[in-house]
Amino acid sequence: MDAILEMRGIRKTFPGVNALDNVNLAVQPGEIHAVVGENGAGKSTLMKVLSGVYPHGSYSGEIRFQGEERRFHDIGDSERVGIIIIHQELALVPTLSIAENIFLGNEQARRGIIDWAITYRKTRELLAKVGLRESPNTLITHLGVGKQQLVEIAKALSKQVKLLILDEPTASLNESDSDALLALLLELKAHGIASILISHKLREISKVADTITILRDGSTVETLDSRRDDASEDRIIRHMVGRELGDRFPKRERHVGETVFEIRNWNVYHPIHVERQMVKGVNLTVRRGEIVGIAGLMGAGRTELAMSVFGGSYGKRISGQVLLHGRQVDVSTVRKAITAGIAYVTEDRKAFGLVLDDEVKRNISLVNLPRVARRGVINTGREFAVATDYRRQLKIRCADVFQRVVNLSGGNQQKIVLSKWLFSDPEVLILDEPTRGIDVGAKYEIHSIVGALASEGKCILMISSEMPELLGVCDRIYVMNDGAFVGEFTAAEATQEKIMHAIVKAGER
Amino acid sequence: MADQAVATGVALPERRLASYLKSNIREYGMLLSLVAIMAFFQIVTDGTLFKPLNLTNLVLQNSYIVIMALGMLLVIVSGHIDLSVGSVAGFIGALAAVLIVRFELNFVLAMAICLLTGAAIGAAQGYFVAFFRIPAFIVTLAGMLVFKGLALAILQGQSIGPFPQSFQLLSSGFIPDQFNGTDLRLTSLFLGIIAAVALMVMDFRLRRNQFEHGMDEEPYSLFIIKNLVFAGAIIFLSYLLASYKGLPNVLVIMFVLMLLYDFGTRRTTIGRRIYALGGNEKAARLSGIKTERLTFYTFINMGVLAALAGLVFAARLNTATPKAGLGFELDVIAACFIGGASAAGGVGKVTGAVIGAFVMGVMNNGMSILGIGIDYQQVIKGLVLLAAVFVDVYNKNK
Repeated sequence: MDAILEMRGIRKTFPGVNALDNVNLAVQPGEIHAVVGENGAGKSTLMKVLSGVYPHGSYSGEIRFQGEERRFHDIGDSERVGIIIIHQELALVPTLSIAENIFLGNEQARRGIIDWAITYRKTRELLAKVGLRESPNTLITHLGVGKQQLVEIAKALSKQVKLLILDEPTASLNESDSDALLALLLELKAHGIASILISHKLREISKVADTITILRDGSTVETLDSRRDDASEDRIIRHMVGRELGDRFPKRERHVGETVFEIRNWNVYHPIHVERQMVKGVNLTVRRGEIVGIAGLMGAGRTELAMSVFGGSYGKRISGQVLLHGRQVDVSTVRKAITAGIAYVTEDRKAFGLVLDDEVKRNISLVNLPRVARRGVINTGREFAVATDYRRQLKIRCADVFQRVVNLSGGNQQKIVLSKWLFSDPEVLILDEPTRGIDVGAKYEIHSIVGALASEGKCILMISSEMPELLGVCDRIYVMNDGAFVGEFTAAEATQEKIMHAIVKAGER
Repeated sequence: MADQAVATGVALPERRLASYLKSNIREYGMLLSLVAIMAFFQIVTDGTLFKPLNLTNLVLQNSYIVIMALGMLLVIVSGHIDLSVGSVAGFIGALAAVLIVRFELNFVLAMAICLLTGAAIGAAQGYFVAFFRIPAFIVTLAGMLVFKGLALAILQGQSIGPFPQSFQLLSSGFIPDQFNGTDLRLTSLFLGIIAAVALMVMDFRLRRNQFEHGMDEEPYSLFIIKNLVFAGAIIFLSYLLASYKGLPNVLVIMFVLMLLYDFGTRRTTIGRRIYALGGNEKAARLSGIKTERLTFYTFINMGVLAALAGLVFAARLNTATPKAGLGFELDVIAACFIGGASAAGGVGKVTGAVIGAFVMGVMNNGMSILGIGIDYQQVIKGLVLLAAVFVDVYNKNK
């Protein structure tokens, strides 16, 4: 039987990064094909290549669909032949009804006038197919995430889908909704619709997938046929993470002192869906000079934990205690958290860390303006001297500190965010994905800076989705899943397999 | 690579001058446009523009726009807008007339009440914008209607005037002359010279302080030229005005406010935080800045300045009319955008807004002298606004 989809030798590079390198993927008609890999292994990039988000010409390699070579220039091209992708963040308009969403851009209309009778009839048929009992008039905003997912699938069916791609469809679903979704996938399969399922949840994959392709560092490692091969979780995990840690991380002397920073029984709820608990009874400690990592998959609640501790910047109904040197401190506002000696370096430096249109020096001084000012008047000379000093210490590559940060590379921007927080003179630094989206050389430099800060006696709490980074840099690693801590390892005992197992086991509970 | 970056930092003097000019082209470009527009009208009006009498009128006609533009700039930089300033100015003028003319209140007390009322109005609008996150466009649109209506109501549809002499002096008074100069008001000229010298001294001290910390941004040649040109312009203008009736009181108020707000935006922590708030509100909040309170303050400030403008306008007309303040908000907002403020927030300078206000003012004045009808004046002003912003956006995208 010929494959419905074949991707051969796909290569895609971003400036400084090889995102995909010789990826091969073949999907047979009417099968459920799982694609697994760590965060950053290239799954999403691969799907963007397939759906035309990255148009033909921006990658190399060949895509064959239904036996023909295809060159997609945008999503419209791929949708026209029946390849439909459902992203993790759903693309529905919350203020429109189910029917309006399903036929958005594909309105059942004659000469621009919508025929609502046909629209509603077709919507009812589609909703029946996906097993969603709702009126076509219901607004999306009144549906839970699980039902929204079904609307997305109904929308895909309305477009004569031949290959359905689901990107982490169950990440934000509870168990019964997940099971319903998986059952629906099996039913679609019975109707001859092939699907690609991207998921971290190996349990789901072993339940429904016929074939499993494992990606690692932008390349296909292997493709398993779950009906023939040994597709045990152990084997999959080993192939997902299997790589050697070389000298990619700077050496440092470890002098770990007494416990300085402590979080006790920390609970946080979602800011809008207030019944959803995002952080569940977390306890953690960081000692002087220690680098402590928090591992976990995307959506595990790590950023939510960090931001809620930092002045309640995330979530509602926050409860728990934060202690510094054994004494409870008030972290209810950002100002108070900073005064207490906590700094939070965001995972999204462009959205939350920098005033992009502003100069390097003005970004660095922002957190602690009073330190370069007297009675509210800024001493611009001193501000310049401070910024220039950080530029030298952290080797920020810019023409001068008057340059606007928007023009700098990711690594240099990250160093500016670091400088900004170092200038607030913190005792505890929470680093959220400190090396996301920066090149290898800059990563090494950031790791060196973090190591030096620990040697100075600062407490570092580092969130990272790159396990090698955590293993290479941290003294101790907590594992977080679904809002709770599910494991703790010292640097000596931690391995990628152990961490992955902790996550997977927790997911099965 | 690091060496290379350092090397570009200490480039050759000419290269430095060129790159400095390039990165500050917006400000110098604005100033040059104003000079060009002035020169143009000076020529086509056969020298009427710079006649002392006309210059005095130009200052008086624009004072309230400039005063409000100072507050509007902060509001725009913080990422908002205030459509109500014209109505608020009109309402405060009416309030002043009722207090001073009808209730015969002492004018100082009445002015204080008016300024406080302005602050309260700003606080009320700012409260909804900052703490309830209702778009400023909507809140101040509502305010525009409310205060236009209230002005009509307290005036009962009629004009109230005239004001006592002492209140009129706010707008139509001049700095009294101590030297009994007949042709030239020497006090006014001296004030101008003192202001010019004081500004120069301050700028030199700032530069010295920066230099001591190793900061050397502006090329020295440019720094000297800039200071000489500014000082020369101030002294020249005060000479022209001194040869008529001297410096108008309102010019002094305007000039002091301008310096205050320029200093406030460039040099103080609160000014810096407003820019950060407008540039990236989320980053500002995560940097410990109380973004909501800051937004609230910018609206209170706007209210006070709108009230002051209302007083100046009422004193100038010597009556309060129900139509006072009509459409002022458009000129004020246009002045800020012509002066380089960004509608998205975070970008804009006090000097730019003042220059923008004078670009509009000189065009109004010049076109009136030329006898161009109010119809085409509006068309031309509208096109100038569009062109100025187009140039900005074009330069940014390039």
